[in-house]
Amino acid sequence: MSADQLVPLQASRRTVELTIDGDPVRVPEGTTILDACRSKGTDIPTLCYLKTLHPVNVCRVCVVEVEGSRVLVPSCSRAVEPAMVVTTGSDRVRHSRKMVLEFLASSVDLSATPDVEAWLTSYAARPERYGPAAPPVAAGERDSLPTGHHPPPSTTHAATVGQPVKVDNELYVRDYGKCILCYKCVEACGTDFQNTFAIAVAGRGFDARISTEFAVELPKSACVYCGNCIAVCPTGALMFKSEFDHRQAGTWKEAEQTVTATICPYCGVGCTLELHVQDNEIVKVSSPLDHEVTSGNLCIKGRFGWRYVQNRKAADNPRTS
Amino acid sequence: MDLHLLDAKPTAEEREALDALLGKPLSGWEGGVRGARDTRTAAGGHASRERRHLLLPALHAVQSRVGWISEGALNHIAERLTVPPADVYGVATFYALLSLSPRPRRVLHVCDDIGCRCRGAEQLCAELERTVGPPYHGPTGSRHEIPSDGAVWLRSPCLGLCDQAPAALLSIAGAPPVERLFGSVSAPAASRTLGGDLGATTLARPVPPQHGDPTLRLLRRIGVADPKSLDDFRAHGGYTSLRRAFELGPEGVIREVTEAKLLGRGGAAFPTGRKWDAVARQPVRPHYLVCNADESEPGTFKDRVLMEGDPFAVIEAMTIGAYATGCEKGFIYLRGEYPLAHERLENAIRIARARGLLGDNIMGQGFRFDIEIRKGGGAYICGEETAIFNSIEGFRGEPRNKPPYPVQSGLFAKPTLVNNVETLANVLEILRIGGEAYARIGTAGSTGTRLFCLCGCVMRPGVYEVPFGATLRQLLDLAGGVGPGHTLRSVLLGGAAGVFVRPDEFDMPLTFEGVRAAQATLGSGVIMAFDESIDLLDILRRIAAFFRDESCGQCVPCRVGTVRQEEALHRICSKQTRGSPAEEAALLDEIGLAMKDASICGLGQTAYSAVESALKRLRVLEGVVAQ
Amino acid sequence: MEETDAIFLWGANARDNHPIFFHHVLKGVHRGAKLFVVDPRRTSSAQWADDWLGLNVGSDIALANAMAREIIHAGLANEAFIKRATIGFEAYRACVEHYTLDYAERETGVPADVIRRAAFTYARADRAVICWTLGITEHHNAVDNVLALINLGLLTGHVGRYGSGLNPLRGQNNVQGGGDMGAIPNRLAGFQDWTKDVAVREKFEKAWGVPLKPEYGMNLTQMFDGMETGALRSLYVIGENPAQSEADQNRTEHLLGGLDHLVVQDIFLTQTAELAHVVLPASSSWCETEGTVTNSERRVQRVRKALDPPGNARDDMWIIGQIAKRLGVDWHDPSAKDVWNEVRSLAPMVAGMSYERLEKEGGLHWPCYDEQHPGEEFLHSRLWKDPIEGSPAPFSVVEHDPPVERTDREYPLVLTTGRRLDSFNTGVQTGGYTSPLRKGESLDISPEDATRLGLMEGDPVRVTSRRGSLVAPTHIDPSLRAGLVFMTLHFQDKVKTNVLTIDVSDPKSGTAEFKACAVRVDPVRAHHGAGVVTHSPDAT
Repeated sequence: MSADQLVPLQASRRTVELTIDGDPVRVPEGTTILDACRSKGTDIPTLCYLKTLHPVNVCRVCVVEVEGSRVLVPSCSRAVEPAMVVTTGSDRVRHSRKMVLEFLASSVDLSATPDVEAWLTSYAARPERYGPAAPPVAAGERDSLPTGHHPPPSTTHAATVGQPVKVDNELYVRDYGKCILCYKCVEACGTDFQNTFAIAVAGRGFDARISTEFAVELPKSACVYCGNCIAVCPTGALMFKSEFDHRQAGTWKEAEQTVTATICPYCGVGCTLELHVQDNEIVKVSSPLDHEVTSGNLCIKGRFGWRYVQNRKAADNPRTS
Repeated sequence: MDLHLLDAKPTAEEREALDALLGKPLSGWEGGVRGARDTRTAAGGHASRERRHLLLPALHAVQSRVGWISEGALNHIAERLTVPPADVYGVATFYALLSLSPRPRRVLHVCDDIGCRCRGAEQLCAELERTVGPPYHGPTGSRHEIPSDGAVWLRSPCLGLCDQAPAALLSIAGAPPVERLFGSVSAPAASRTLGGDLGATTLARPVPPQHGDPTLRLLRRIGVADPKSLDDFRAHGGYTSLRRAFELGPEGVIREVTEAKLLGRGGAAFPTGRKWDAVARQPVRPHYLVCNADESEPGTFKDRVLMEGDPFAVIEAMTIGAYATGCEKGFIYLRGEYPLAHERLENAIRIARARGLLGDNIMGQGFRFDIEIRKGGGAYICGEETAIFNSIEGFRGEPRNKPPYPVQSGLFAKPTLVNNVETLANVLEILRIGGEAYARIGTAGSTGTRLFCLCGCVMRPGVYEVPFGATLRQLLDLAGGVGPGHTLRSVLLGGAAGVFVRPDEFDMPLTFEGVRAAQATLGSGVIMAFDESIDLLDILRRIAAFFRDESCGQCVPCRVGTVRQEEALHRICSKQTRGSPAEEAALLDEIGLAMKDASICGLGQTAYSAVESALKRLRVLEGVVAQ
Repeated sequence: MEETDAIFLWGANARDNHPIFFHHVLKGVHRGAKLFVVDPRRTSSAQWADDWLGLNVGSDIALANAMAREIIHAGLANEAFIKRATIGFEAYRACVEHYTLDYAERETGVPADVIRRAAFTYARADRAVICWTLGITEHHNAVDNVLALINLGLLTGHVGRYGSGLNPLRGQNNVQGGGDMGAIPNRLAGFQDWTKDVAVREKFEKAWGVPLKPEYGMNLTQMFDGMETGALRSLYVIGENPAQSEADQNRTEHLLGGLDHLVVQDIFLTQTAELAHVVLPASSSWCETEGTVTNSERRVQRVRKALDPPGNARDDMWIIGQIAKRLGVDWHDPSAKDVWNEVRSLAPMVAGMSYERLEKEGGLHWPCYDEQHPGEEFLHSRLWKDPIEGSPAPFSVVEHDPPVERTDREYPLVLTTGRRLDSFNTGVQTGGYTSPLRKGESLDISPEDATRLGLMEGDPVRVTSRRGSLVAPTHIDPSLRAGLVFMTLHFQDKVKTNVLTIDVSDPKSGTAEFKACAVRVDPVRAHHGAGVVTHSPDAT
């Protein structure tokens, strides 16, 4: 046996030919419709999709029409098939996307979701037509909703997931009024990466929510504060406490921040850290999704352990004795 | 795995309930007594994690013993099955029959769904509210205490007893627990039941309305043969089909089923022979068989009647399906609200095992197959063919994305045959008379007979069996119509996910092709009749509430769409429309189209179906005036 | 790691100490790999294991040799590989023959059936990996421990192939890089031995323009011994905190305090800096300076400056340059890239790693000999060439040798030390953030011992070794068994765990036996503050 036989053989990937919006496209077998579309420059909005996570295809904003399919299909997870005929901009597709955006915008606070304003405009979504948003419920109320019969809905207000922000530790906050239930945090905390399983989806239907067991506060839960859930949250529902505090104080200046890639000092694994710096102060830490070692993930030390650098003040500098 | 548990400990009773299901813990790490070996070695790997499929049974064990699932019990389940507590919580809160907050041991679930609504369910609930108190919404007061000998009632979705509406399900937690599904509930009977008198909960021996009709095929043993006796089953032709199957061989069985042109009765009408063939051909092993007995479509009760009245038939048919498709293990996923069916099936499995009709060497043919019953937890969505896998595996009953299809990757990611109870029941008939003869029954496109659930405002509600080709009107006539003095206004065909049809459409033949031509559906075979006394808008509102309750919450179109649909219907019903009723109708149409087009599974895709037909076929909004 | 069939974490709690590496372990596990964890404690890593082997502290060689015997007796040794690529097998076979299952069960405490299962699974796996860290190396016989594991790899051929191998997990981001760069007493950059290889010596002498004495430097243990004998009188410490991180802390402080001249260059005024004559405020090497580091998988990656250091703190390189200038040499303020290019010109194994490539390719694995070389993902593939390239891999005869300090009536418990997820070493850095997981130092003790001593969670206890004593609160931890207690080094300001540890070290590697010392635990009846330290047990 020779050494070069000892590396895994990459199964040679065949090419699949399909039609997207009338144009012939050739992509490797196994490519998703989404990637095939993007390869030809057709952009499709996504919310619950992230390349490092298993697609759950729950937000349905990426749906497209596939000839022969009774219903629309999620482009983020469906693999291309030979001779598939895909339409990305039909009235049917645009209608479903518009409605998904309206459903979300009328029930969830999307103010910290990138791109969503532009999508709402381009799909002519009118979330206000379901009525004024119902006021947020008291803290903990949504966490204790029983499964089964629910009380009759309001005839004047549109139901929302509005609720107070959960601030129960110094590292990150959970603002579930901004949660679109994309499952990404559950996946990142679960089998996709962290395998801590501190959170799961609890309840059912519109009352479904991300929860710890019995909705206990994070310090009582299994959470290990790796922040890998924050890293994948698309709507700002999960946020560094440092960012949250800056935003509350009106001092969050994203445009002025620099992002510098370096290596975490805390062990020999060599995780790449992206330091987001504002006014010579680290305000949050991420890791690139395409990094071989981390796939965007870090541990508590890498994600939050930087504060000591800033705790040094000029005056605290070691003296010469 | 590294589980992080809350501090709470299980009570002795909770431990006992779990030990009864799982046996004593094998080590201190599983919550048992810590021994010397535990400080030197422990297993927390693959084998431990493979016990997760026992999660729902474990939750049921505690629920039915104690009446609710405490932090301590949840912790103990987590450590015994190596499932993270947050996951256990996520799964437990998925099911309406499970309670995560203190609840008295005695609970009466009172059906207020569409079938029972036609028979006074709302009046019953109002009466209970007056005499017993409001439906239970969890413990009150700062100490969250509940009287252990207390009794409470709850509203419930359809309990599958629409032929004896209004219906209720009594659960008394304990060892052993008591569960009774009973019908024709009156407020005084309900109060007495809550007080501990079980007299009102006894079901009459189920005799189908067509009892004695010699043309019956699927129902012929019901009310005739003793459902508890294998000998009686055999005396009435039982196990001749399995014997025939062994003569034919697996390919032969599939050939007969294919020739019979049997279409699935669960709703999707997929050719059964093709499905069986596809599973049989899968090289990946093992194969699994799942009998979908999670009959929860409002208005549907045919599978219950089959399971309660002819349980051995279900076992025999599953054995044939397993033989044909190469399965060694089968599951009956039975809805949690069918205690009698559970009891009868368990009895049948026990006897079949003892008599060599299940197990390692069935009928001496060297064929190995066994069956386990899994009890649902009160979730309509688990009847969806992939949600059922997640539920059995110990995950939330959320539908999976397709492809891959169950025949390729189903239960435990193995090739899986999923058939509805009624579909399987037909297989006995096919092997009894031959596929060709079977194909001559019914019409060219819809062979065999079909069970219909006649309920609502009809004189003789019940399950009726007719060859395909009978018209809707003929079925209504069989059930005696609405009775003198009443006018039939409309029929809901196919259940909450079905469509309303007008009296002038009653001559449509109830075949797959006939209803398709009429843009309707047979769905689960529900024929629910509404006379002039029924407020259809109220029925619509209940249907909308049902879908909002039963949506798993996974995809946005269904999770939020069902809410927006219900809100719009509420505005219409309470005459507080935003804009004109026509504008509300247009909005409903937009919501409905998105749910139909973009939802993951059939629940969302059909959540607008009945409402749409009511708006468009029945024009229910005519006469509604805007405020 | 993700594409292997059996993973052994041996003396490594990667779940807590290498969390992102553990992600990759779990990817492998989810794909079906069996996981075995060898650790005296049932750590969070061990809880994931198909089998946890809870051995006695320091009985690793007994376990490894018994596994080898089982493998050989079952005919599972990879004989073709042994024959072609190794030497010394017969002596090894003779050595492990004494390590019967009975003996191993007695010495390690691990049930015989579990040892056998571990051995068979390892040998039968198509691909298998052993990873270790300080549980193997913080012993007086650290090198022998490592050799015992290497023997297992050679015995089964689980080396030098994709998905198979032997992996030490490094504790800091640049432990590997420090070695790469020659910050070790016996090699120059690129692991080149200037004392033995004349060509190497001449190359460096030519590049640096100075003659090099062909003598190795001192390792840390030798330095402290030197301080004791008076041979070493001045010390320049960069980014280390030996006053707290070394075993037998009372002795360490005494020796550092007795130096003629101590210079400390650090970002903090550490305990060591408190003892220094000169303190040079430095910048934080991972976010305030430019450069490279090498991770455990030999991947060289860039670190970059994101922040300006506070006040008068300066870049380490600048400080060293200034010292050189004061000593009369002008290095002309080289940039990090200039320094790196000099390393590339002298160390062939990194010659191909230009800054441009490191940027573009996101890091490269050494060896990487030229600009076209892709770097090598795993080492020792040469052993699979037929015939092999280079010299065969030697088996080593290593014998079980328990920890130096034995328990006795007076000190009946074994104290082992380790780390927690949210903290790092002496806590100088991680003390800077508020971790919701952090509960401060504690004496972790088994439920059995706690019951025996009448201890409840949180009760203060006095922990005493032959060298020192301290008070800490009790934490009852079922991952421990009777006779074994555990502490960390994270809270040295409050609880000086290292007053307890023993300063014996491996003569071959210089690592100290942090993993085992004998202690006594006594309940403190009247409440004393946690962390009260007395300098000798006699004083109590």
